[in-house]
Amino acid sequence: MSLHLGIELDGEGAHPEAWRRAGHSPDRLLTGRTVADRVAAAENAGFTFATFEDSLLPPGADGGPVGRIDAVNRAAFVAATTSTLGLVPVVGTTYAEPFHTSSQLATLDYASRGRGGWIASRDTDPRVASALGRSAVTVPADLAREERDAITVVRDLWDSWEDDAVIRDYATGRFVDRDRLHYIDFQGDTYSVKGPAIVPRPPQGQLVVFGRGGEVDPSQVDVVLVSEATLDDIADAAARTKDRGAALVFVELDVALGSSTPAPPSGRLSFAGEASGLLELLRALDPHVDGVRLHPAVVDHDLPVLARYVVPALLREGLAHRPVTGATLRGTLGLARPDTRFQAPRLEDSPR
Amino acid sequence: MTDNSHARPGAQVHFGVFFQGVNHTTIWSDPSSGSQIDFETFRRVALTAERGLFDAFFLGEGLRLREQGGKILDLDIVGRPDAITQLAALAGITRHIGLVATQNTTYNEPADLARRLSGLDLLSGGRAGWNAVTTDNAWTGENFRRGGYLDHADRYERAGQFLDTARAIWDAWADDAVATSTDAPTWAAPDGVQQVTRRTSQFDVAITPTLPRSAQGHPVIFQAGDSPAGRDFAAGRADVIFSRHGTHFDEALAFAEDIRARLRRAGRPEDDVKILPGTQIVLAETASEVEEKVRWVLEGQYTGQTALSLVGQVWGRDLSDRDPDGPLPEFDPVPAPISVTRGAARDGKDPLAIAREWRALAEAQNLSLRQVAIATTQRSGFAGTPGQVADELTRWVRSGATDGFNISPYLVPTGLDDIVDLLVPELQERGSYRTEYEGSTLREHLGLRPPLSRRELPPRQATG
Repeated sequence: MSLHLGIELDGEGAHPEAWRRAGHSPDRLLTGRTVADRVAAAENAGFTFATFEDSLLPPGADGGPVGRIDAVNRAAFVAATTSTLGLVPVVGTTYAEPFHTSSQLATLDYASRGRGGWIASRDTDPRVASALGRSAVTVPADLAREERDAITVVRDLWDSWEDDAVIRDYATGRFVDRDRLHYIDFQGDTYSVKGPAIVPRPPQGQLVVFGRGGEVDPSQVDVVLVSEATLDDIADAAARTKDRGAALVFVELDVALGSSTPAPPSGRLSFAGEASGLLELLRALDPHVDGVRLHPAVVDHDLPVLARYVVPALLREGLAHRPVTGATLRGTLGLARPDTRFQAPRLEDSPR
Repeated sequence: MTDNSHARPGAQVHFGVFFQGVNHTTIWSDPSSGSQIDFETFRRVALTAERGLFDAFFLGEGLRLREQGGKILDLDIVGRPDAITQLAALAGITRHIGLVATQNTTYNEPADLARRLSGLDLLSGGRAGWNAVTTDNAWTGENFRRGGYLDHADRYERAGQFLDTARAIWDAWADDAVATSTDAPTWAAPDGVQQVTRRTSQFDVAITPTLPRSAQGHPVIFQAGDSPAGRDFAAGRADVIFSRHGTHFDEALAFAEDIRARLRRAGRPEDDVKILPGTQIVLAETASEVEEKVRWVLEGQYTGQTALSLVGQVWGRDLSDRDPDGPLPEFDPVPAPISVTRGAARDGKDPLAIAREWRALAEAQNLSLRQVAIATTQRSGFAGTPGQVADELTRWVRSGATDGFNISPYLVPTGLDDIVDLLVPELQERGSYRTEYEGSTLREHLGLRPPLSRRELPPRQATG
């Protein structure tokens, strides 16, 4: 087995006081330079993917950072300056327009040449609704419905262009074959979407969709992020999630290395200590999960330690693999590139 | 005809490039025409524009594929990236050029759009612009949760309130809200971030904004509508007008005079809004080469199928079995202005009246259907040798007809190359084009004053 290695790069780290140990002054957090430097460090280290947390609401509390650039923008900003790292932003499923979400993520996939992903995430805080002038969705069943519908619509829109829809047929003057473009005609309980997408089918066909364990329907996503506090619970949750149709299960893991102070308990598995101890824990996780998403307590402290001691050791042991330039995120994760579900019958295929 | 009251002897030409994407004026059939969706194409155009010291790179927005007669229009380039996302990616590989996204106020919400534009502005170091447009048909709404339809008056009402709300969100952080030392008591000053609450006829918004001001205060506001309501909107709220008047000098000057009058009425300096018309530029070395190239461009833009499609949009029926080089249809259009063609500029006009005009034109000048399509829908812009065009653009800018031009290349991604390599040096020789970027923000490139909202409000008290 081997582990896919991901790292969450939002803010200054998972620890509320992380901003005090950042490698820059607080007012440099919300700059392109900070985003680009950290992403470059993660790519150079050999991580498979980086994630970007998001919400319309201020992150953190208690005197910490209250600013955040939206996740799709951050991922896109580094798309053309990186070459192997998967770029996986959070986009909410409760209030966002799925048409916009689909276009934004497809565009990220083009700009990164097939390294885009999406963490589909519920907006459970009613203040998000207030910001958007919408009625709050609070009942779990309603949140689940909005999530299911959003993922369905976004995925259908990605499929709404067949891969070879652009034909550039000079004889007939046609740029596209309209028979290879498809209305999705989605009808949900709360809204409908006509389609087709405005962005042609993204390079991966379907971006890699991540969902949170205990929330998402595993059969709708490619990767379920499991969040449990102990190794045993993780093993159980991973097995259950696989049974329910998840292609891949990744575990959430808080890390505080060396002198980094551990973040307060988050419900996730947590490790504090030296790099060698983390390596041991990762070896123990390997039989149960397909990957880990590390949440560094202090990005500017923990990322260099991970890059210098942890990831190289995993690569040497063959417990992890450095993504290859030119590979898509789907390819790196061992996921096939799916055909569009709207594939029209071809003349040459149809019975005569 | 020429009014010299706005002569500006030292004025310089500002250039933007409008990456149109979906439009019949981009010639996709040429062998040098690249992918219209791969990032490499956008990178090439943006880097060429930046090499040519352009002010801005523009991307249009698409929210539904255009249709004609109930079918997706398949003759033009179809498909485009999401504008803000693509510009964020371009921000990562450019250093100076402004990045302007067309985004409509009908199918977005201020809290979300203001934040995404502001994020682009921060990531790019103050280079973001927003071309604010409205959409008024329920057909586009079929792709969105809100669905629905706004009539013409309401959409500018909503646009105005949208922009005011976005500005309030952008202005919610004091300039020095964020600590500059890790020893500060808190990351943000306790009073450094204001809550924004808006209860208006169009919005009910309560939000704590999450982003500080950028190097240019907030994104530069562009406006692209030409109706009286659109012009008033621009005079009241915009920094730049992306106008349609980039072909005929007198028309451009009259438009500029009208905008200046509206600005005076709005209590703003009359140079407070910059005017950048969309235009096309065809360059060649000799007069006969220019003529030949213009003909080649028109043939590429107006294929027989495209001409039949454009005329079919007015006639309200499929004309694809007719001869594009024959006469206009002898029968009258179907009088159904809205329902037939979706997403075209002629939505809402009376087809019978257009047909009468076109027939009169065809008769007077003995034009074929294709020639009528060219004569009535083509806005040629400029054609000539680099020296001739440089003289002409300099005249436009120095007589106050425009502040510059937003160039739509007829070829993508190579269509800007000769403009940057041949025309820009001619302009520079005349002293009418910059020789280096003087500033780092889009606002500085365009010579704009600080954002309107920063001038109207007293400076905020420093806190923390």
